[in-house]
Amino acid sequence: MQAHIQVRDLNVEYSGHAALKNVSVEIPKQQLTVIIGPSGCGKTTLLKSMNRLLELSDETRVSGQVLIDGADIYDPAIDVTEVRKKAGLLAQRPYPLPMSIYDNVAYGMRIHGLKKGRDLDRAVQHYLELAGLWNEVKDRLKSPATRLSIGQQQRLCLARGLAVEPEILLGDEATSALDPISAQHIEERLHELKQQYTIVLVTHILRQAKRLADYVIFMYLGEVVEHGPAHEVFSNPREERTRAYLEGAIG
Amino acid sequence: METTTPLARSIPITTTASRPSARRSADRRAGRLFFAISVLPIGLVLIMIVALVIRAWPILTAIPIGDLLTGTTWKPLAGEFGFAPFIAGTLWVTLTAMIIAVPICLLCAIYLSEYAGPRVRGVMKPLLDLLAGIPSVIYGVWGLIAIVPLVENVIAPALSKTLGFLPLFSANNPTGFSVLAGGLVLAVMVTPVIIAVTYEVMQSIPQGLREASLAVGATQWETIRYAVLPKSLPGIIAGIVLGVSRAFGETMAVLMVVGNVVQMPKSIFDAAYPLTALIANNYGEMMSIPMYDAALLGAALILLLVILAFNVLATLVLYRVTERAAT
Amino acid sequence: MKKKFARRHVEEAIFKVLMIGSFVLVVGSLGLILLTVIVKGWPALTLDMLTQTPKGGYYLGKEGGILNAIVGSLYLAGGGTLLALIIALPIVIYLAMYASRSRWAATVRLSLDVLWGIPSIVYGAFAFIIMLAIGMRASLLGGIIVLGLLELPIMVRAIDEVVRIMPFEMKEASFSLGATRFETAVKVIVRQTLPGIVTAILLAFGRGIGDAASVMFVAGYTDRMPESLLRPAASLPLAVFFQLGTPFPEVQQRAYAAALILTTIVLIVSLGSRWLSGRLSRYVVK
Repeated sequence: MQAHIQVRDLNVEYSGHAALKNVSVEIPKQQLTVIIGPSGCGKTTLLKSMNRLLELSDETRVSGQVLIDGADIYDPAIDVTEVRKKAGLLAQRPYPLPMSIYDNVAYGMRIHGLKKGRDLDRAVQHYLELAGLWNEVKDRLKSPATRLSIGQQQRLCLARGLAVEPEILLGDEATSALDPISAQHIEERLHELKQQYTIVLVTHILRQAKRLADYVIFMYLGEVVEHGPAHEVFSNPREERTRAYLEGAIG
Repeated sequence: METTTPLARSIPITTTASRPSARRSADRRAGRLFFAISVLPIGLVLIMIVALVIRAWPILTAIPIGDLLTGTTWKPLAGEFGFAPFIAGTLWVTLTAMIIAVPICLLCAIYLSEYAGPRVRGVMKPLLDLLAGIPSVIYGVWGLIAIVPLVENVIAPALSKTLGFLPLFSANNPTGFSVLAGGLVLAVMVTPVIIAVTYEVMQSIPQGLREASLAVGATQWETIRYAVLPKSLPGIIAGIVLGVSRAFGETMAVLMVVGNVVQMPKSIFDAAYPLTALIANNYGEMMSIPMYDAALLGAALILLLVILAFNVLATLVLYRVTERAAT
Repeated sequence: MKKKFARRHVEEAIFKVLMIGSFVLVVGSLGLILLTVIVKGWPALTLDMLTQTPKGGYYLGKEGGILNAIVGSLYLAGGGTLLALIIALPIVIYLAMYASRSRWAATVRLSLDVLWGIPSIVYGAFAFIIMLAIGMRASLLGGIIVLGLLELPIMVRAIDEVVRIMPFEMKEASFSLGATRFETAVKVIVRQTLPGIVTAILLAFGRGIGDAASVMFVAGYTDRMPESLLRPAASLPLAVFFQLGTPFPEVQQRAYAAALILTTIVLIVSLGSRWLSGRLSRYVVK
């Protein structure tokens, strides 16, 4: 297994309270890794440490290393916007930017100067197709993104995130706010995309984890309890707490 | 066979009707009294408008509204009441104040909301409260001591040398008592309102939106520019409108620095005579000249109606903006 | 991964500089205003200013002080604040306890918002009209009434703000013990919100004492100490204004001293309200 992301001795504190304790784990390249665990165990914190979104809240202290392709993303010399460009985020609630559907997808490409003119048009179409939204919006690209349904908005956010050509996709409970059909859409997209991207998905839906995961990380109270290939962890967990969680006894 | 009577029937329950308590009637009496008192604000608004309309009526009927608002001659002794110079004075001073204040307040509010740490924010709140609490006359004193000489000795010579060919900047006024002086003082006075409202509006934007933009690798500034600000725009405009209405109604500070010359200002260095100054300066002679009182109170009525319209509009917008953000 | 010199980062850096500059400008203006008042007012501040009323010739530069204005302002603002409080508390209690969601309550709230935005000169003009209509002359009482009306929306808004954030469970707890609305209001709400009420009182007081445009019409001015409710009363803001308007530099100096006194009172009130509300929070459930 080739590691794309390596987390080493990561400690994260929010206002003095420890959210992640000495977490060391590796995320395999071009596979779909799922982080599971009861609420409050630190799944989202771990996820957001990988694209440096933790820094947004006051009084957060991060120590340790997170390496992507061998380079520590917390190195002060590194441009944080480049880090975030490498790892795209699909949040729980879709947040369309206050602009048209076209502009939402084009946003990332424009600010990084990736594409212009006709290339931009083609790229917008490509990423909307990749997200499975193209057919539904191709006639109204200029209309405001807020007019889409929530399932469509989430796919728009997926297109927007893919448009900056990341290598990694981070999903934070990406289907929790959606109806079952939209959720299924997103799951299908993620399943296809894992051929090209390294995907890390946080979820509290065990069935979803079992459907999608190639690799599993189980967390409990800020620590990584167990991790490994999905078929191993799900059918034969080594740790007692993992077994308890999978059986529904905790969380 | 046991017949059990329902428990409820076996215990007599005294209803409130059977034992009127002193406490209950006190409560009701208090309620009625408080209701009566709550009529006061509503009544006050209505009576204010009615009273001003009644007292301004003579002049509203004597001279057609169009002439009143656009007439430029103000000769009370001759019975000529053209409000245009005063309306223009108010507009000039307010516009100047807004042009100066809005960019600075926006930048400051963005800094406070998006970049500043909790300590800086903690300092700002008392500071803005202090700024908002300084009495108008004190601003006037400061204006007299610091701003008027500044305009007279520094700004006017400098600007008229470089941009003096534009009528806007022509300096025909040897003193510093000018639209610009009034605008500068007013700009500081409306700062707390605009900053406070803009800050609140930006704070009500969900963090997820910022994260969505940052997650594609945008800088914080790009996030503000393309995601946060567009969403905040209605609220910011409402804040500016509130600032405008505050500037419209400001009396003492402006009166002390703006020159009080009845004319249509043509340059920011000209003196002006806002509506509020008109009322404040001349209320003493109100009763001695026929229709003077109707005219001055008519000015007060104009002020009231315009400010009312602005305030209601701004409050409605702000209400909807912060309510929608909460959903 | 690229380092930090891209054009986008430069643009952000430029705006950061502008933002900090604006911040400094705003903070600096406050400092400048306070500095100006202190620098000009301190030299002219003598004990006489604080303890004497204007004697003959005061406005020509001779002896006296502005005790009349100091005391007059305190009476005016004190009375006005008391009046506003007496009206505001019942309104707030009514809105919170008796009629919270009704159309009536919404209308009352709307009127208070409207009143809040009306400039003080309009209050003054209105009070002037009423005074003329009922034949009252410029007096302390008139000033108290107009300040009371002016302060009312401020006070209601400030008290309502604290009452609103009170946890609903507290009201529930009181009701479930069988208390009436009135009892709950007086015994529970007021005690819980006392710091907020104190802050509101001081806030309104500070606003009232600094206002000139409204009292100008109805309180008149006098060189004597406030003697009765029906005689005119002096006020600090007007003292500043009138003295500044004379052609004598000595009198203008005194205006600065009066300005310093007024500013000091407002500062004490503003900072004091923060301190006091902290001290009074002993019974407040956080």
